[in-house]
Amino acid sequence: MTNDNIMQALTNRSKAVDRAPMTFMERLYIPSILKGMAITFSHIFKKQPTIQYPEQKREFSPVFRGLHVLNRDEEGRERCTACGLCAVACPAEAITMEAAERLPGEENKYREEKYAAKYEINMLRCIFCGLCEEACPKDAIYLSETFAPANFARKGFIYGKEDLLIPDPVTDAAGFEKAQGGRVRNKN
Amino acid sequence: MSTIQILFFFLSVLAIFSAIMVLISKNPVHSVLWLIAVFFAISGHYILLNAQFLAIVNLIVYAGAIMVLFLFVIMLMNLNADSEPRKHQWMKIAGVISGGCFLMVLISLVRQTIEITGKTALVKEGNIGLIKNLGKVLFSDFVVPFEISSVLFLSAMVGAVVIGKKD
Amino acid sequence: MTTLLAFDWILLIEKLILIAIIVFASLGIALYTTFAERKVAAILQDRPGPNRAGPFGLFQPFADGLKLIMKEEIIPNTANKVLFILGPGLAMTAALMTCAVIPWSTSVEFFGRKIDLQIADINIGILYIFGVVSLGVYGIMIGGWASNNKFSLMAALRGASQAISYELAMGLSLIAVLMLSGSLSLKAIVEQQQAPGNLWNIAYQPLGFIIFFICALAECNRTPFDLPEAENELNFGYHQEYSSMKLGFYLFSEYINMIMSSAVMACLFFGGYDIPFFDESTLSPNIAALLGFLALFTKIIIFIFVFMWIRWTIPRFRYDQLMNLGWKRLIPLALFNMLLTGAIILWKQG
Repeated sequence: MTNDNIMQALTNRSKAVDRAPMTFMERLYIPSILKGMAITFSHIFKKQPTIQYPEQKREFSPVFRGLHVLNRDEEGRERCTACGLCAVACPAEAITMEAAERLPGEENKYREEKYAAKYEINMLRCIFCGLCEEACPKDAIYLSETFAPANFARKGFIYGKEDLLIPDPVTDAAGFEKAQGGRVRNKN
Repeated sequence: MSTIQILFFFLSVLAIFSAIMVLISKNPVHSVLWLIAVFFAISGHYILLNAQFLAIVNLIVYAGAIMVLFLFVIMLMNLNADSEPRKHQWMKIAGVISGGCFLMVLISLVRQTIEITGKTALVKEGNIGLIKNLGKVLFSDFVVPFEISSVLFLSAMVGAVVIGKKD
Repeated sequence: MTTLLAFDWILLIEKLILIAIIVFASLGIALYTTFAERKVAAILQDRPGPNRAGPFGLFQPFADGLKLIMKEEIIPNTANKVLFILGPGLAMTAALMTCAVIPWSTSVEFFGRKIDLQIADINIGILYIFGVVSLGVYGIMIGGWASNNKFSLMAALRGASQAISYELAMGLSLIAVLMLSGSLSLKAIVEQQQAPGNLWNIAYQPLGFIIFFICALAECNRTPFDLPEAENELNFGYHQEYSSMKLGFYLFSEYINMIMSSAVMACLFFGGYDIPFFDESTLSPNIAALLGFLALFTKIIIFIFVFMWIRWTIPRFRYDQLMNLGWKRLIPLALFNMLLTGAIILWKQG
């Protein structure tokens, strides 16, 4: 083949089409049918790659980017300061937020003087690129190892703060640990 | 009444009723289906006469093959009840008269035949219709007509193929 | 037939019970054949198959059946209503009628009464099967025509001509077997294969068996001849307008056809209820009958598995290929097989 000289074959699996007329044995078809049946029969003994979904779950890769989580620090204070960098970074414009000022006596709830009173991510718009996570200067948002479950209505996919916020490590340490997904994220 | 008589009358009524339905159904497909019912009733009669081979061959050949071809043709032509051409009034009367004459001839023939009168059908002990006897008779006494008719069928088949191949 | 007409009431009751058992058993087996089809397909494709309903998914056929029953029953406005309903019923009846002449086993003895495990041992058993098979065409044709849909009609013609074409080759391939056995009764054919010193008919008729098997595939509308199921290239088959349980009847009758043709093949070529390398006459008749039935049942199951195995291996034929195979290959082959068998029989007789 002339093609081979010009182009380096990527694999050695390519095969030239054989257009020779079929021999008598080939035209009987029965041997080739038996051959095919042997192949299908051998599949009975193959291992099934099926994962029984609700009981078994596929392992996510460590770089999987799933649902967002709004992080807290060790004392259970929200990290987010509503700076809006994530919303700016978001290419899909899925993030909206409203800022509010921390009142005296709320120091145990919010880490900085300013916090997000409303924080919404539209999961239908989100492309799970992870740019919000990279943009965040306070490590307040990161993408977890879960994905958005199915819903009957569109509005069910607009996740509010209560859906995104991580469990409080002071009151619910196990939930906090689980939501962090075993990933070490304490950069500061 | 013995079982055989009950079966005989049942099959006869079924055969005659279906035959009437063949004639009076407006839809040709219904006519064909009623005709199949007639064949079934007649096959039942054959079984009563202990002619099992004839019964089943009647079903295979007539109900299973010929009527299927009839259905093929009727379905493909898409004959509907309203597309049937209206016949002239005189034609109907002429048809009734000629049909009636034919019926009278048949009845008088049957009444006058000497061979039938005073004889009963060999119900359930006759063995002419069994495959063994039929085969022996066909291939010994009647071998020439049998072979000639098979040659006739073959030539008819070849003819059909020739006609079909033309265009 | 003669014994049926004489008023032997116990015989009548006995036969009615036998008929009921066989009909319901074939329906039950057909139910589980649908399950087996899905399971075999899955295993051949490295999947687990239905496994949610009940242990190992064993209740899946009931779920499927329930689904079919609960679905909306649609009769097209322009359809011929009587025939539209009659079609699936005819297909089902024709499928179930075959079981009348199949010898399920030898006879059992209950309270001193000998009961044959065969509904009717008529001396034209095979011809009866042919008659019934040729009637199965009507279910297809009436269903397709009554739908009043041109695609259904074309598919009905296609299906009917497929059935008729392969019936011919099937009959011709059988004649060679009949030459060997000298009888049309299925029971006699089985007993002849069972007799000591005789091999199963497959040993004498390998070519005949292959032809018969291919024709059986075509008659049951199984792959590679499942044109009625070609939804994407042929716009489905004659049951295009059918829904709910009427569709279920058509699909079900196909499975029953498959079981019955497996039984016929087992009886004609694989010794029926004969247990290989084993002399049944040493056992008591009841146990021999039970073992014989199990042997036949095993053979049927193996055939059904082969049917499914072929389905998940071979792609569908094109319609012209189907007709070419039937008329130009199988019929001449079957005729050749017939001539060869006749010549050998004559030569053996000297």
